[in-house]
Amino acid sequence: MAIEWYLVLSALLFAVGASGVLLRRSPLVILLCLELMLNAGNLALVAFSRSLGNQEGQVFALVVMVVAACEVVVGLGLIVAMFRRRLPLDVDEIRELRG
Amino acid sequence: MEQVAFFAGAIGALGGALAVVALRNPFYSVLALIVHLISLAGLFLILYAEFIAAAQIVVYGGAVMVLYLFVSAYVGGSEEPIWEAIPGQRLLAPLLAAALFIEVSIAVLGTGLKAIGERGPTLPAGFGSPGSIGELLLERFLVVFEAASMLLLIAAVGAIVLAGRRREAGPGGAGGPGQPGERSGARRDQPSPAPPGTPGSGAEEVAR
Repeated sequence: MAIEWYLVLSALLFAVGASGVLLRRSPLVILLCLELMLNAGNLALVAFSRSLGNQEGQVFALVVMVVAACEVVVGLGLIVAMFRRRLPLDVDEIRELRG
Repeated sequence: MEQVAFFAGAIGALGGALAVVALRNPFYSVLALIVHLISLAGLFLILYAEFIAAAQIVVYGGAVMVLYLFVSAYVGGSEEPIWEAIPGQRLLAPLLAAALFIEVSIAVLGTGLKAIGERGPTLPAGFGSPGSIGELLLERFLVVFEAASMLLLIAAVGAIVLAGRRREAGPGGAGGPGQPGERSGARRDQPSPAPPGTPGSGAEEVAR
């Protein structure tokens, strides 16, 4: 398989994730869609690493995974804190930074 | 054979991604994301990235998704209301996403990259294996490795502070019968909600 198939698939996954971020209102699902976008980036990195015969892209993908895990942890902590404060879990209703 | 594997993985990944966006219950969205991640791990295997594929399944499909499942079960499977906050949002968002896809495709395929249209070189044995990735990570990218571990540590501490504060402030603020051990924790955390002043305390009263 030529590399452009992977790149187009990666662009498609990124667009689906972006549409999810634009479309959905639950912060939990928005975080999931951010994961989709990060994974699309990972796919492109690994595809380039394959086509260049160079492993550094894979190390980059690993670092992206670490960043995604951090983002998940902090985001889920925020969601739990919002839930404990009885705030509505809807990004259209939470427009201010103060709780 | 490779094409069959690629298209199977691509259909799984794309279907999972669409299901994440389309399903209305967050719990099902998380399950769809697991399907997406596992098919993506298959694609990584085709690309000779064994270690990334294993890390994808173990770290993402395992640990992170369990965290998601616990939180979505804890928060409750509240389905989103049908009404749109922004008029035409349901129409505009896919439109914008399609525009983004076309743009990125043009940008990627129109760049005249030499690699486009090729399969890439034949790879040496051990490409993408845990050994070679680990060697690269601990020799050439040691600083990156340490920075990533520091970032994880900071994120873990931040999550504990974010998610744990309210619970400590609850029994401490509720009055007398609070345990003395939790008292000190509550008192230490008291100043941080205090500066907003009246709105913060108002929110706490509402919460109770």
